[in-house]
Amino acid sequence: MAEKAPGVLAVIHHGNAPTLYRPDNDFMSASKPGEARVVFEDDRVHYSGQYVAIIVAETLEQARYAAELVQVSYAVEDPTIETDAALDSAYLPDEFFGEKLTTTRGDPDVALSRAAVTHAATYTTPIEHHNPIEPSASVAVWNGDELTLYETTQWVAGARKTVAQTLGMPEEKIHIVSPFIGGGFGCKGFVWPHSILSAVAAKRVNRPVKLNLTRKHMFSACGHRSETKQYVQLGAERNGRLVAIDHDTVVQTSMVDEFVEACGNTSRFLYSCPNVRVRHRAVRVNVATPTPMRAPGENPGLFALESALDELAYLLNMDPVELRIVNHADVNEQARRPWSSKYLKECYRMGAERFGWAKRAPQPGSMRDGNVLVGWGMATATYPGIRSPGAAKVRLLQDGHVDVVSATQDMGGGTYTTMAQIAADVMGIAIERIRTVLGDSLLPPAPVSGGSMTTASILPATRKAAQDALSKLRHLAATMPASPFTNRRPDDIVAEGGRVFPKGAHPSSGLPYEDVLKRTNQTEIEGEGYTEPGPERDKYAFQSFGAQFVEVRVDPEIAKVQISRVVSAFDVGKIVNAKTARSQGYSGVVMGVGVALMEHTVYDSRDGSIITSNLADYAIPVNADTRSIDILFVDKPDPFIDSDGLGARGLGEITVTGVAPAVANAVYHATGRRIRDLPITPDKLL
Amino acid sequence: MHPFSYEKVTNEHEALERARLGKATFVAGGTTLVDLMKLNVEVPTALVDINGLPLNQIEDRSDGSIRIGALVRNGDLAHDSRIQSRYRVLSQAILAGASAQLRNMATTGGNLMQRTRCYYFRDPVYPCNKRQPGAGCAAMDGYNRIHAILGASDTCIATHPSDMAVALVALDASVHIRAANGERVVPIMEFHLLPGDTPDRETVIRPGELITYVTLPSGPFGPRSAYVKLRDRASYEFALASAAVALQLEGTTVRSARVALGGVATKPWRALEAEQVLTGAAANKATFLNAADAALTGAVPRRHNAYKIELAKRAVVRALADALTH
Repeated sequence: MAEKAPGVLAVIHHGNAPTLYRPDNDFMSASKPGEARVVFEDDRVHYSGQYVAIIVAETLEQARYAAELVQVSYAVEDPTIETDAALDSAYLPDEFFGEKLTTTRGDPDVALSRAAVTHAATYTTPIEHHNPIEPSASVAVWNGDELTLYETTQWVAGARKTVAQTLGMPEEKIHIVSPFIGGGFGCKGFVWPHSILSAVAAKRVNRPVKLNLTRKHMFSACGHRSETKQYVQLGAERNGRLVAIDHDTVVQTSMVDEFVEACGNTSRFLYSCPNVRVRHRAVRVNVATPTPMRAPGENPGLFALESALDELAYLLNMDPVELRIVNHADVNEQARRPWSSKYLKECYRMGAERFGWAKRAPQPGSMRDGNVLVGWGMATATYPGIRSPGAAKVRLLQDGHVDVVSATQDMGGGTYTTMAQIAADVMGIAIERIRTVLGDSLLPPAPVSGGSMTTASILPATRKAAQDALSKLRHLAATMPASPFTNRRPDDIVAEGGRVFPKGAHPSSGLPYEDVLKRTNQTEIEGEGYTEPGPERDKYAFQSFGAQFVEVRVDPEIAKVQISRVVSAFDVGKIVNAKTARSQGYSGVVMGVGVALMEHTVYDSRDGSIITSNLADYAIPVNADTRSIDILFVDKPDPFIDSDGLGARGLGEITVTGVAPAVANAVYHATGRRIRDLPITPDKLL
Repeated sequence: MHPFSYEKVTNEHEALERARLGKATFVAGGTTLVDLMKLNVEVPTALVDINGLPLNQIEDRSDGSIRIGALVRNGDLAHDSRIQSRYRVLSQAILAGASAQLRNMATTGGNLMQRTRCYYFRDPVYPCNKRQPGAGCAAMDGYNRIHAILGASDTCIATHPSDMAVALVALDASVHIRAANGERVVPIMEFHLLPGDTPDRETVIRPGELITYVTLPSGPFGPRSAYVKLRDRASYEFALASAAVALQLEGTTVRSARVALGGVATKPWRALEAEQVLTGAAANKATFLNAADAALTGAVPRRHNAYKIELAKRAVVRALADALTH
C-alpha cells in the first residue's frame, strides 16, 4: 500500500536494499559505525525504534503518510529490557577505547576489612539522551559514482571511511560536508544508519534525498547513555587517607554491538590510594546501542565516587574539600607517571574562595534562609587531556585575506573562532582578515570533535601551518628582484605584524604580505601544519581537573530544589579564548543540572519502547533551572601537551562531570537526605 | 499525518454550519491539535479555523462577572489587570503552564479541550481506551508515574493536563456552548467528564458544538487565592501535582473556601471534602493539613505514582498558606 501512496518514489527495506557491508568497527582506524549491525542486514528486530523500512517521497508529508501504510508482521519474542532481568548473564567486557575495564591494584578486600572507617553504597543513574536541538540529518547527492553527503557529523573523516566501507566504495569517491553542527554531545560522533539510508535512497531514486531524524528518532537512532548501577566501597584511616576504593559497575549494552559506560576508570587515579579495584560488567538488553555522551564514564562515574567521598567526609567528620586535599594524587598511581601538569589544589582554593565555602556550617539542615534550607556541596571534576594527530592549512591570498582550513568540526564550542585567533596571532594580522573553513572531508584530516581533543589537536597544527606560510613567504620574498630583499637569504627576512621586511630594519622599510604575492605573481601561499602526540605520552599522564561548588535552596514543604549558585574552577591548561571557554563551562553546568535534577529516559519494560521520546516528557533544563553560574580557570599552560608551547587541553566535557554529585551533596547538606539515584526529582524528597 | 482539508471561517454561523455538515474539527491556537495530528492520535479529515471569529474580548458584565471570549489567548488572559487583581489564582495558573510562546497561541476554549499527556495515549502503537474504546489501557500496568490517583476508572488513569482549568474549577466558572439550535451554559465542574466506561468522552461538548465564552462569577474571594504547581523542572513542565485555592475569611475563620487539584486527577478536580473541612474552621496550618488530607481521601495510587498523594497534599497546604498571607 505504501508503494502506491501519492508521491512515493521508493520503499526500501531488508528485502530490496542493496548489499551493504559491515564496516570496521574500530575507532582508532577511523571507521566507527554507531552500531555494528548494518541497517536492513536481515529481518531480525532487536529493539524498539530499529529501522524496518524507509520511504522516499516527493514531499515530507507524503513520506510520513506512506510510512503509516507500511505493514510489518512480527514473530514476537520475549525481550530483555531491564538490567535486573539480565543480571545473571552479565559479562566482563574487556576494553573501552583501549582502556582495560577491570583492574585491581593492591588488595582492596584486605584493606577494606582493616580500614578504620568504611562506606559502601549503590549509586544509580538513568538512561539519558543527548538531545541536541538540531536533530541529525543527512542529504545525499550522487554524481555518477561519486557521493556527497551533507551531514551533521562530529567527524567528517570517520564518516567518510565508515560510509565508504558500508557502501563498498572507495573512500576517494565520497565527500562529507558538515560545516556547522547544532550541538552533538556525542550522538553525532559515529556513523548511524540514517547516513547510509540517505545514500541508498538517493541512489535508488536517482536524485538527491534528504533524511532528517524526528525528535522521536533521536531517542532510538543515534545512541544514548546507558543506565548505570555502581556499588562503591571506600575504606579510610581516621585522618581521612583512603586505603581502599572498590568501584563495581553494571551497565547495559545492546544485542548488536558493545558500548560500555566506563564509570570506574577514573576511580583508579583520581585520588591517592594503594588498593583499588575497578570492575565493569555489562548486560545485553533489547535496546539500541549506547554511545558516548558528554564525558562518557566520568559523568555517571563521578556521581558515584564523589557522592561516596561526601558520605565518607561525614563519617569522618571532615570537610569535603579537606578530605579531597588529603587524598590528592601527586602522580597518576595507575599509570605510574607524573602528571604533565596539575593544579587541582588551586581549583579547590579558587572555587572555595569565590563560593565562600569557609562559611559553611557542616551539619545538614543547619543553614537556613527563612523556611528555605540552604545546602552547599562540592565535587571534583576531571576528564583526560586527549590529543590526536591533526592537520590544518593556512593560505595567504593576494588580496590580503587568509584562509584557515581543516577537516575538523565546530559543534558550537568555538573551533572557528579559536583557529582564526591562533592564525591571526601568528601572522600578526587582524582576525577580520581570516576566513576559517571547516567540516569538509576534502580538507586536511582532523580527528573527531569528541573526547575534548580538538583544542589540543588542531590548534598546534593551525599554528604550525601559519608559521609555515610565513616561512614560505620569506622564501618567496628572497626571490624578489629589485626589492628591499635583494641579496638576502630567507633567514635574514622577517615576516610579522602583516609586513615582510629585512631583519634589523624598520617594518616600514618592507612590504605588506600581499604585496610580496602580487609582485611575484603568486596567487597564494599555502602553509601546512601537521602535529601529533609523541613520546611525551609515555612519560606523563595528561588529565584535566576541576572543582565544582553548588548551592541549592530547598523548600522542604513542597520538595522543591532550586540550584541557586554554581562555582566551577578548572585546570585545563592555557585558556585560548576566555569567552568560548567560559561558554563551554556554562553549557556543562547547565547540562549537569539536567543530569542532577531531571533527565531520564523511560523504556516501557514490556517491549522496550521509549515512552518519553520528546522534549516535553524528557525534561532538559530551562533558564529558570539555573541562576548564577561562575566559571573560573587556573589558566596555566600544560608544558607537555604539545611541543608548540600552546599548552592548552580541551574543556568540552570536564565541565559537566562534577555537577551532579555536587548537587546531590548539596541536597544532602540542605536536607539530610542522601539521594543515590538520579535524577533528584520531587518525589524523592518528600 | 493524514491528508485533511482546511478552511477559515469568520462568524459563528459559518463555523456551526461546517460542523453540522461534516466531520469538521475546530482549530484555534492549534497547540494541542496539530501536535496530536503529527502523532496520528487525532486524524481529522477537515479542519475549520475559527481564529477569525469575534470571540477575543474580556468583558466586564453588569452583574460583576467577567466574560472571556473563547479565543482570548492564554497570555492575554493571564496578564489582564482585572484577572490579576480579582482572580489571582487564574492568572497564576495560566502563567505556570507551557511557555510564553505557547501561551501566546493557546486559547481559552482550546485550553479546556486539552488532551492528556499520557505516554500511551500519545503513541498509537499502544492500546488506549481513550483513543480507541475497548482497546485496553497500557498505562494501567505500564509506567504510570505521571498518572491519576483521583477519578480514575478501570479503563483509564490519564490525568487532565490543564492548569487554567484547575483555577476555573476553583472559581466556579461557567462554559458557554453554542450549537446550531441555541446556546447552553455548563458549570465548569460538569464540563469535564470522569472516564468511567467512556474515557473517549472527555467533555460534555457534542459534535458540532462550539465553546464561545467562559464566565467568571464575581466571587467573594477577591485577591485571596493562589495556585501552586509542583513539577520536575522550574518552568515549561506539566504538573506532577497542583492546587488552586480561594479563601473567604471572617476574621481568622474561613467563611468559605475553594480547593481544586491538577496533575493528579482524570479531570480538573474540585476537592469538596477539603472545602468542607475549611469552612468554619480557623485559618491555620493545622486546618490546612486536615483539608489536604480530606482532599486526597479517595486517592488510589498505581505502581509508580503513590508519591502524588503526599505531593498533592503539600501543594494544597502551600496554596492555602499562600492565599491566606496574600
